[in-house]
Amino acid sequence: MTQASLNVPPGAPIDKDKRNWIVTTCAVGGAGVAAVAVPFVSTFQPSERAKAAGASVEVDISTMKPGEKLTVEWRGKPVWIVRRTPEQLAGLAKLDSQLADPKSQRKPGELTPEYARNENRSIKPEYFVAVGICTHLGCSPSDKFTPGAQPSLPDDWAGGFLCACHGSTFDIAGRVYKNKPAPDNLEVPPHMYLSDAKLLIGEDKKA
Amino acid sequence: MMKTLKQLALGFAVVLALAGTGAHAATTGIAWDKAPNKTNDLGALQNGAKLFVNYCLNCHSAAFMRYNRLRDIGLTEQQIKDNLLFATDKVGETMKASIDPKQAKDWFGANPPDLTVIARSRAGAGGSGADYLYTYLRTYYRDGTTATGWNNLAFPTVAMPHVLWELSGERKPLYEEKEEHGHKVAVFKGWQQVTPGTMTNLQYDQAMGDLVGYLQWMAEPAQNTRVRVGAWVLLFLLGLTFVAWRLNAAFWKDIK
Amino acid sequence: MAEFKEISPDAPAAARLMNWVDNRFPASKLYKEHMSEYYAPKNFNFWYVFGSLALLVLVIQIVTGIFLTMHYKPDAALAFGSVEYIMRDVPWGWLIRYMHSTGASAFFIVVYLHMFRGLLYGSYRKPRELIWIFGCAIFLALMAEAFMGYLLPWGQMSYWGAQVIVNLFAAIPFIGPDLALLIRGDYVVGDATLNRFFAFHVIAVPLVLLGLVVAHLIALHEVGSNNPDGVEIKAKKDAAGKPLDGIPFHPYYTVHDIFAVSVFLMIFSAIIFFAPEAGGYFLEYNNFIPADPLKTPLHIAPVWYFTPYYSMLRAITSEMMYALIACVLAGAVLGVLKAKIAALFKLVIVGAAVVLIGAMLMIDAKFWGVVVMGGAVIILFFLPWLDNSAAKSIRYRPTWHSWLYGIFVVNFLVLGYLGINPPSLINERVSQVGTLFYFGFFLLMPWWSRLGTFRPVPDRVTFAAH
Repeated sequence: MTQASLNVPPGAPIDKDKRNWIVTTCAVGGAGVAAVAVPFVSTFQPSERAKAAGASVEVDISTMKPGEKLTVEWRGKPVWIVRRTPEQLAGLAKLDSQLADPKSQRKPGELTPEYARNENRSIKPEYFVAVGICTHLGCSPSDKFTPGAQPSLPDDWAGGFLCACHGSTFDIAGRVYKNKPAPDNLEVPPHMYLSDAKLLIGEDKKA
Repeated sequence: MMKTLKQLALGFAVVLALAGTGAHAATTGIAWDKAPNKTNDLGALQNGAKLFVNYCLNCHSAAFMRYNRLRDIGLTEQQIKDNLLFATDKVGETMKASIDPKQAKDWFGANPPDLTVIARSRAGAGGSGADYLYTYLRTYYRDGTTATGWNNLAFPTVAMPHVLWELSGERKPLYEEKEEHGHKVAVFKGWQQVTPGTMTNLQYDQAMGDLVGYLQWMAEPAQNTRVRVGAWVLLFLLGLTFVAWRLNAAFWKDIK
Repeated sequence: MAEFKEISPDAPAAARLMNWVDNRFPASKLYKEHMSEYYAPKNFNFWYVFGSLALLVLVIQIVTGIFLTMHYKPDAALAFGSVEYIMRDVPWGWLIRYMHSTGASAFFIVVYLHMFRGLLYGSYRKPRELIWIFGCAIFLALMAEAFMGYLLPWGQMSYWGAQVIVNLFAAIPFIGPDLALLIRGDYVVGDATLNRFFAFHVIAVPLVLLGLVVAHLIALHEVGSNNPDGVEIKAKKDAAGKPLDGIPFHPYYTVHDIFAVSVFLMIFSAIIFFAPEAGGYFLEYNNFIPADPLKTPLHIAPVWYFTPYYSMLRAITSEMMYALIACVLAGAVLGVLKAKIAALFKLVIVGAAVVLIGAMLMIDAKFWGVVVMGGAVIILFFLPWLDNSAAKSIRYRPTWHSWLYGIFVVNFLVLGYLGINPPSLINERVSQVGTLFYFGFFLLMPWWSRLGTFRPVPDRVTFAAH
């Protein structure tokens, strides 16, 4: 392309004037193109409507009985709130050796917020809050709170959740058992207590 | 070629002259006053938002306006929740009306229109949409012959009652006779205050200026951003045009 | 079949890559033929930027259109709301919307100026007739695209404008009402109409437009461009076979067009950012009211770029029909007396005139209004065969020809202005005169374009170095 100009022989010296203006135009033009791309790509971001629909959900937990589970929808996903019994809580520590990630050390930023990085995986030991979606391929596990032998479950089943799609099992703190298709514990969503009776799912204190 | 350009210019002048005469479109109401420009006055816009939510949102919706967009006029989410959220409890929701549309149609004969973009839709030959709304809100008068007992100089026989009557009080228009094209016409001259409202005329005009400013802002919340970004864009393009001009000259100096 | 070229393995990587590609795809060949060795006249002036600007606006409309389609909902109950959703809830959605609405009007401004250049310099004359025909087809497709796009916001103007125009098709005798029903997909413009107009506007017509633009450019490159002097640069070539008055398109016209694009973008941006409604002409006020099938606005007018043709439509009243019949009669008489053709053809002319006049007396003026409106666009296709002038370019024609062109432009603008305004008696009379002038300009062109003293056309272009 160095011969693009009219009547320029191959060995001729480079016209600095043309070259400088070409470089300047490309630089300024390039900056312009990048600047124009920003609003277009931004239109891909969640809109105000999506953000409003994904707003935090308030749940009234004052009438929950021990052993009861509530399901609410947040950002299109089922979120479980389980009011655990003292027996269920006591049994948690004994299961550590059977679990893939008992201390919730894998992907902490994604799955387990700081206030849930404990044995109970919750702020208040009694109330367990988790996204009810199996970390394998996205089915919603079913409740299997009753301990003991049952179809598809081991004889020493301590109570928890069973995902019917591919057989992954989780304990009553949402921790996944070893050698199951699901690689991770159930996600604990950002949440906080507005009062003893009101739980807010979707935001936490640091936000 | 130059001749053709001159003729084009002459043609444009002719068309523009015709345009001038055509501007007197037949309006069914009085001429519109100029609305004050308050789209950059956050205090006025906030006051307008308050008036809107308290007086208009009962019957009219603003179905495309989210409460949390009011952050753009300087309100915090908490302020919005505390002072302006009546019909809903979520600040991300849109401004829906309280009234049932079927009942509204029964009572008023027509469903009160949505007001989100009313300041854009009412523009016309007489001025901007804001001008119309500013005039409309200030020209209500008592009229025993209508269903609501109110009439309006900018929108004669309007079905909407004077919702803000407590603020403005009751007024009566005064007319004087004028000779126009050989016959007498009654021309609007001014107002007579029949019963006072809680605001003086000046205060009411100010309040309506705020309300109309809010309606104008709500019709296009991005307008202030639009102008700001535009200034930078044009500045950048000026630079780009200069560079492109010099680039063009650098190559065309070759051509004899 | 091109020869497979071998290249030395010591050659630089870029050269080897290009060689690999060129052996399989005519990349370098196309680049040379259409850019670096495509010779364009060196005397292009300001009127010659509008072709590339039209291409730029087409790209802008397609890109902004794609992004709008990601959020727009083509459903009668949701459409209006989805546009406000784009304006408020989608980050930067308002900018994309304004670019698209301003781009639509900009497209017509640029295309009208581009067509006017053709008129000024005789760019449609032999051997460029096909370029012109493709161009007229693009113009038709563009009008269809704009008309269907305008329904999509589902405002009052969108709805009622579509209702009126589709009803025009119902005026066609015999097949009209069924045709209108077929177009609408319903008894009135409704959800069915909206959905199909969406499909046409988003993909069908853009594909047609792209195809026509490619054909338009291929036809242009086959013959080479005309120029403001109307001189054929290929007539004088140098020893190497390059036109003496030609310069390579790249880099001379690429940099020239970059400058033109910059200036255009300044004007385009000024409108988008400071006056996107453009006084109600680019975004009409009534369209901010959601469509109401039960309430017609006091004043319906099409968007500004259709108004000249709308004026002509409204001008054809039953009174006007008599004037038109007189014109057909005059035309037939002139044809029989003056045309140098066989007696058989003269008989055909008489027969056709009788049939036409009969039809004009029997069928409603409403139908003929549609015919005239359509005819005003179709007549453009015939321009290459109507122009008998001894000089291609206005520069070498008699001075009074330029006055006539000037009047044509003013007439077109006046018709446009009248089309925006509500009907009135003066409006009607002026549009009727304007319509007759418009058609007279073209239909009588075979005669008047030959009249007058022409200046000698040079055999080299006139050019001043700058």
